[in-house]
Amino acid sequence: MIRLKLDNFFSKLAQADALDDLQGLIVGLRDVLGIDHVVYHWVSADGEQYGFGTYDPKWAQRYVDQEYLRIDPVILGCFQRFHPVDWKRLDWGSRAARAFRQDAIEYGVGNQGFSVPIRGPNGQFALFTVSHTTTDDEWATFTMSTQRDLILISHYLNQRALELEKGRKPEPVRALSPRETDALTFLAMGYNRGQVSEMLSISEHTLRAYIESARFKLGALNTTHAVARALSEGLILIGGAARAAPGNWPGRDNHGVAAN
Amino acid sequence: MLRYLTAKQLGAYPRLRDSMHRDRAAQFHDRLKWDVTVDANGFERDEYDAINPLYVIWELPDGSHGGSMRFLPTSGRTMVHDHFSALLGDADIRSDNIWECTRFCVAQGAGAHVAAGLMLGGGELMRAFDLTHLLGVFDARMIRIYNMIGAAPEVLGSMGAGRDKISVGLWAYRGRDRAAVLRRTGVSSALSEHWFLRSFGHQVIRPRAA
Repeated sequence: MIRLKLDNFFSKLAQADALDDLQGLIVGLRDVLGIDHVVYHWVSADGEQYGFGTYDPKWAQRYVDQEYLRIDPVILGCFQRFHPVDWKRLDWGSRAARAFRQDAIEYGVGNQGFSVPIRGPNGQFALFTVSHTTTDDEWATFTMSTQRDLILISHYLNQRALELEKGRKPEPVRALSPRETDALTFLAMGYNRGQVSEMLSISEHTLRAYIESARFKLGALNTTHAVARALSEGLILIGGAARAAPGNWPGRDNHGVAAN
Repeated sequence: MLRYLTAKQLGAYPRLRDSMHRDRAAQFHDRLKWDVTVDANGFERDEYDAINPLYVIWELPDGSHGGSMRFLPTSGRTMVHDHFSALLGDADIRSDNIWECTRFCVAQGAGAHVAAGLMLGGGELMRAFDLTHLLGVFDARMIRIYNMIGAAPEVLGSMGAGRDKISVGLWAYRGRDRAAVLRRTGVSSALSEHWFLRSFGHQVIRPRAA
């Protein structure tokens, strides 16, 4: 069920045409995930910050007033990593960090957290965070099972935030390599992975890596999504060569009927 | 034992860190004669050590380096994209779920279980972070080692010949290999999990999503 709702989230995210739309989407995402908080937080090198999410606005204000950006172990910890991190792993040793944590809990942030570092073009840095009040075991179960989705969400959310902020032009999707284009084209045409790997003279393992790379570049949930997005953005063309399409490949069986 | 450390965390283990950079100098500069830089302290360090990679390090009982390797996500800057893109040909593999593995180093005199231990660490990272593949550049010498520890990669491209042949390869995660790698390392699953937990604060075990 969560899968379906995430699909829905991604569609709505793709259609968002104002930064303000993202606030509503992230609240909906919180409900889908069934936790207390979901937050996106963009931090620039000179201390500018921007964010949206489900925290109490009073906490957001307090965070700015107290200049918590400077000592927040979550920001520092994420800046030092490229993989997601559970807040329990961070350095809460300093007095400032402990006071900050106490404050955060009082404002309802929760006793558990998990943050994904995001790095965009030109040194852009942001975090995507989920937080909740629960036991360590329950939290471990949640984060382990949703980790990959959270990474995907964080990247695509960041991409859209960059596009919508100050009415920027959309960042060019990182180009699909020729191999990725080939792989997606054949998949779109209806060939299965075994056939595609044979046609490309590669192993299925290697094909899987090309598909994974294409999926990442397109910000897609899975292979089907990746193919759909590549088609809709004109990155792959299947024209009259679709196997299951009505009509026929010109000359295929000498009927000479023009294909779609 | 295995440690999983970012570059910054490594600062808390100066003996481990320094012996790692020295062993890297011994292997890559002295023995293999690669074009790498060794500084006045005898440490081999490159530009990728400076961008916060994740190290998997085998620590010997005396706290020094037994073996190590280094990871960066292919979604960011990597050695293969900066310097070996010719090996990838018309592929350009990028994903948060595919990490580059570089500087596979084993200290001179370290036992065979150390190389196996490093592969174990790589496998635990793949399990824990749900990676689909590891990507790495390697020379001809490494192929024998990979075969020995049962971790032969899928080769994407090569250049050069004989001993100077350099290749880029992909490793896919295969759960069934874990038991064999544990055996070759000489540790139990529980111990490997414990090492991971100590470094990351959570278990490797994850329910496999649909």
